[in-house]
Amino acid sequence: MWKGRLAIISLLVVSLLSGLSMLTVGGASDDQLEVYSWWTGPGEEEGLAAMAEAFEAANPGIRFVNAAVSGGAGSNAKAILASRLLANDPPDSYQRHAGLELLDDVRSGKVQDLTSLYEEQGWGKVFPKGLLDNLTIDGKIYAVPVNIHRANLIWYNPRTLRDLGIPGPPKTWAEFLDQAATIKGKGKVPLAVGPEWTQKHLMETVLLGELGADSYERLFSGDLRWTSTEVKSALDVFGKVLDASDVKSAAGEWQLQLDRIVEGSAVYAVMGDWSSSYLEQAKKLQWKEGYDVATSPGTDGVYDFLSDSFTLPTGVRSPDLSRKWLIECGSAAGQNLFNPLKGSIPARTDAPADLYRGYLGWTLQQWRDPKTRIVGSLAHGVVANNAYNAEIDSALGLYVQHGDLGKFASTVQQQFQETR
Amino acid sequence: MSAPVHVPRHSNAPPAVPFTPPPIRRRKRRGPAWLAGFLLVSPSLILIGVFVYGFLGWNVRVSFTNWRGLSPSYHFVGIDNYTRLLHDERWHADVRNLVVFTFVFVGGALLLGFVMAMLLDKGVRGEGFLRGVFLFPMAISFIATAIVWRWLLDNGSGDDTAGLNKLFAVAGLDFLRSDWHKSDSIWAIAAVALPAGWALSGYVMALFLAGMRGVPEALRESARLDGASETQVFWHVVRPALRPVTFSAMLIMIHISLKTFDLLYALDQGNLRIDTPSLYMWFTTFDGGFYDRGATIATVLLIGVALVVGPYVWYALRTERR
Repeated sequence: MWKGRLAIISLLVVSLLSGLSMLTVGGASDDQLEVYSWWTGPGEEEGLAAMAEAFEAANPGIRFVNAAVSGGAGSNAKAILASRLLANDPPDSYQRHAGLELLDDVRSGKVQDLTSLYEEQGWGKVFPKGLLDNLTIDGKIYAVPVNIHRANLIWYNPRTLRDLGIPGPPKTWAEFLDQAATIKGKGKVPLAVGPEWTQKHLMETVLLGELGADSYERLFSGDLRWTSTEVKSALDVFGKVLDASDVKSAAGEWQLQLDRIVEGSAVYAVMGDWSSSYLEQAKKLQWKEGYDVATSPGTDGVYDFLSDSFTLPTGVRSPDLSRKWLIECGSAAGQNLFNPLKGSIPARTDAPADLYRGYLGWTLQQWRDPKTRIVGSLAHGVVANNAYNAEIDSALGLYVQHGDLGKFASTVQQQFQETR
Repeated sequence: MSAPVHVPRHSNAPPAVPFTPPPIRRRKRRGPAWLAGFLLVSPSLILIGVFVYGFLGWNVRVSFTNWRGLSPSYHFVGIDNYTRLLHDERWHADVRNLVVFTFVFVGGALLLGFVMAMLLDKGVRGEGFLRGVFLFPMAISFIATAIVWRWLLDNGSGDDTAGLNKLFAVAGLDFLRSDWHKSDSIWAIAAVALPAGWALSGYVMALFLAGMRGVPEALRESARLDGASETQVFWHVVRPALRPVTFSAMLIMIHISLKTFDLLYALDQGNLRIDTPSLYMWFTTFDGGFYDRGATIATVLLIGVALVVGPYVWYALRTERR
């Protein structure tokens, strides 16, 4: 008898307590700022914490609530965010990749125009024009970039090149294919790839290298058709590059993809510069010694960027507070707190550069060089909206199986029309 | 609950007479007899009604709209989404993959589970231990299973060889080397039946073992007395008794197979060789914002599962009525 009652009472207490805790999570209060991101990996988590600390110090009495969701390179976070935005329950600020990844949010009225904040803070002068152009959607800017990553890079182990007698990384994809024949002859894999998105990343860099920056931008703005001879011959090169890769036994993660370079079973890998912090921190390798990197073939002087940025959602409890967070994100001090820890460079060109050494120092110099041509990344949401990007995923995944480039080109061209 | 009556051992006093409460006067019933029962189940009825059937209906409704992206649209477009899906190349591949996977996985799990149950039923030393061993994989989440098998099913060559292929190489069984789920064959997804079957055949074994133990020993004995061999006992006595178990096990496996998501998602994300409708539904909805297409795929999947579960419910109702 007593046992039964006790069980019922304890059940009641537990359910009450769990209900209470849910109340505190969902409870709206004006003294906290909820920031939504997918920064849960090593380095980026510490970087966010450092910015949060600075924000709390500058705004006494305000609590920073980190609503980060891990997993799937942000895809889990994006799915949960979509349900919150559809329910009109936005966080006080959320992370997106700068560029057309935000197009849907803009068209659906989920984010507010930040053009006036840019004017007030004078950000128009401190961000490079190429970045601002890619941030602008229908003449307005909706996001504040915190960091810059670079996509058009080819990574290698200098020792492997020495052993194979290859003087240096290829300058063009044609040269790469020449090298690939030699490398294959010596029983190594010329190019390591990883999961599907790394293959899309590779396609983007091949297109950029073969078409050049102008045609690359025209391709994604719709002025150049995927079915044109120019693009088709570039895709043809991509097909050959993919054939020279280990796509049949691709690594399951980008880290494992790079491991093949480190161990020397594969020679090159095309990957973004989050690789540098992985190679230096997890693998304890030195730039120029244990690993080296060059711009991907045919893209010298071009900076294929992606950027994590923050937004001001529509219907937040306190827009002023969110704006303060965005000012922190856009400030030189905030960017210099975050980026050295994450292993990326500040989007601002006037943030003190002495914190960035090794690879980061090299890439920072190019980012700030006015002669550098800045273009946006496809695989990381700058030049293609989410719908288009997802359809390219499908088409590319099917292409890897059927190998019919003509069909791939016409499918993607059609998807461009349907998703614009 | 009645407490045992305490009788003092060395006492001449008569044992205490258990107290019998006077019969409770029956209260006058308020309302009809079904009302109390109905009130008792109504909370779950309402919750299931709203959160299962209500949202099912809502999902079907979305599948007839052109909702894309973050602004919901309920503009009715008829069966456009369904016809478009019929012409979708990725969908074709997904359906083919699902059929292959279901056949190999369900067939394999049933066969393996049955054999394991039969061996255990014959009486092995340490049966309890073995039962646990066979059942344990089911206790591991599909995500963890996938992470382990991602390595076991690695298809690297040369220095990169790992997992099962390495085992084969060490054991001198090189001819067994396979590209598993990364091979170019349309059977690539059949390789995923390995981890799925590994995880669930123990469960099938438990079902079959329970079924075999449910056959009364008297039936077997009498068959033996009539001169039946062990094979005949199995075929004519045990097998017919196992038919309902086989039926339930098959249906449970098929509907698990139709819904498999996490295993494939964690095994090799974005590899369309092992893409299935449930994965396509997730990616197109949450990466691409195609809520209309996602809802359409969900509806087709629902119909698929209903076609499998429907006969089962019908069968269960029929046998219960008997």
